[in-house]
Amino acid sequence: MSYANWRRRKQLQRKFMWRDVRTYRTCYLFLAPYAIIFTLFYVVPVLVSMWYGFTYYNVLQPARFIGMRNYINLILVDDIFLTAVKNTFLIAAITGPIGYIAAFLFAWLIHELPKRIRAIAVLIFYAPTISGQVYLIWTFIFSGDSYGYANAIGVNLGLLEKPRMWLTDPTYMMTIVIIVILWASLGTGFLSFIAGLNTIPDDQYEAGYVDGVKNRWQELWYITLPNMKSMLMFGAVMSITTAFNTADVTMALCGFPSTDYAARTVVTHLIDYGQQRFEMGYASAIATVLFLVMYLCNKFIQKALSRLGT
Amino acid sequence: MKKIKAGRQPNRSLAGDIGVGIVLVLFGCFFAFPLVYVINSAFKPLDELFVFPPRLFVRNPTTKNISDMFLLMNKQGVITFTRYAFNSLLITVVGTAGHILIASMAAYVLAKYRFPGSLTFFKMVTVALMFTGYVLAIPNYLIMARLGWVNTYLALIIPAFASPMGLFLMKQFMESSIPDVLVEAAKIDGAREGRIFFTIVMPLVKPAILTLMIFSIQGLWNNVGTTYIYSEELKTLPFALRTLAAGGVARTGVSSASTLFMMILPVVCFILAQSNIVETMASSGIKE
Repeated sequence: MSYANWRRRKQLQRKFMWRDVRTYRTCYLFLAPYAIIFTLFYVVPVLVSMWYGFTYYNVLQPARFIGMRNYINLILVDDIFLTAVKNTFLIAAITGPIGYIAAFLFAWLIHELPKRIRAIAVLIFYAPTISGQVYLIWTFIFSGDSYGYANAIGVNLGLLEKPRMWLTDPTYMMTIVIIVILWASLGTGFLSFIAGLNTIPDDQYEAGYVDGVKNRWQELWYITLPNMKSMLMFGAVMSITTAFNTADVTMALCGFPSTDYAARTVVTHLIDYGQQRFEMGYASAIATVLFLVMYLCNKFIQKALSRLGT
Repeated sequence: MKKIKAGRQPNRSLAGDIGVGIVLVLFGCFFAFPLVYVINSAFKPLDELFVFPPRLFVRNPTTKNISDMFLLMNKQGVITFTRYAFNSLLITVVGTAGHILIASMAAYVLAKYRFPGSLTFFKMVTVALMFTGYVLAIPNYLIMARLGWVNTYLALIIPAFASPMGLFLMKQFMESSIPDVLVEAAKIDGAREGRIFFTIVMPLVKPAILTLMIFSIQGLWNNVGTTYIYSEELKTLPFALRTLAAGGVARTGVSSASTLFMMILPVVCFILAQSNIVETMASSGIKE
């Protein structure tokens, strides 16, 4: 945004506490340590990587500029990329919204509990995230031989005639991946909601009782949600990034590469090219496309969320 | 104003409370599964780890896995186990403390002031979150090499200071839970920015600080860090334990013990932080 533009905005909003240059100096001083490190280790690498998207770069030789060829190959030639996009959209469309709503719902329900047991309840619900690479548990559950829990129980109860290859048969793969992702979706957003719920001032709830808020649902809608707006924004961005970045789960469960690429996502496709085939340029092009999709998706959701409670 | 009783809130039905309890217990079992599993596996003797049909709970608990783990750690190579633990602890403590301080300072001015570039900068931070990390390793390595930070602690600690998620979380939090009037009042009383930040802003966002601490500890404690580190004496605990567990089927016991071992610190910090968050008395601090 240009400075002139910004001046005009300033006059309109009148949100300013101070106008003199000394305030700005303090602001920049507070921002400086973060800004320097952030620019060096986040902004510059992203820009460099976007540049790699226009090159052929095999990590050993210097990058060679090839224009749009990576992008043309990606869209017109690469069939597997299409599968990856389809899977990623499917995962994002299901686990994104459900995971997000579940994270808020459970945070809110736990907040209804008495204080003494809340910390333990949070720990239990956060367990799938805190215990690191827990997807491994699911490989035991859905293991293809009769040692797997799902097969053992199914066969013993007579539900299955013979053990099923849960994680190698393309028919079941995506369903299982989605279940596991949903199970692990109470992560960053969930904890930030817990923290946010604890900072809503009590006097607002008290005022609510006086004004005739009758039950917990009315309280949720009229007091809690409007107060949580900025946390909900944060949670939404985190949900989008985790949903579109799905890779660890599919690699741990279905193998890498998975049978017929049936569980391939955009990010596993990118890892394949970046870390196995050393085509860093192509991998960077994939990353850039994914980034643009996430950016647009985020814009849309921010717009929807800003209408909440108005 | 009516005083609210400490016990049940007046607008909650008993049936609703019971319903909430039932829902939470049912789903709780589903989510608690990994904790139960990890704890039980760590104490299972080898024959129980491979038993069919598989059992969740341990029958004859043993501490052999854990003693095996410590035995192997001390036999492994020239570096003692305590050095790996020290490396991980150093990275976690310094990285977390620095991240909280630096990200909160930046978040404070972004949340409470408008200055040229502030909106653009914040937008950049949220957008940076959306770029997949896998392709950033090479540019990052080149930058580290140019700075001469390859194979030093700095390569693991300094980038953690500016993790975009931390700033985003703190900024959102400060925006909603610090009233402008409070900052203004402090200024009228003659407090300087630095003082306002440490004595007014930081205590008010304690829940956010503790939450950020959980995220940061979890990330740094599990950092394998082999991208930038190749001297054995600088390597981290997760790396050492991963090497132990890589010994094949015979090491299954050791590997389940090490999973439990790595979880101890994050879980203890988590419980301490969460009970602190719950105890926070939220109040706007303003009487009108």
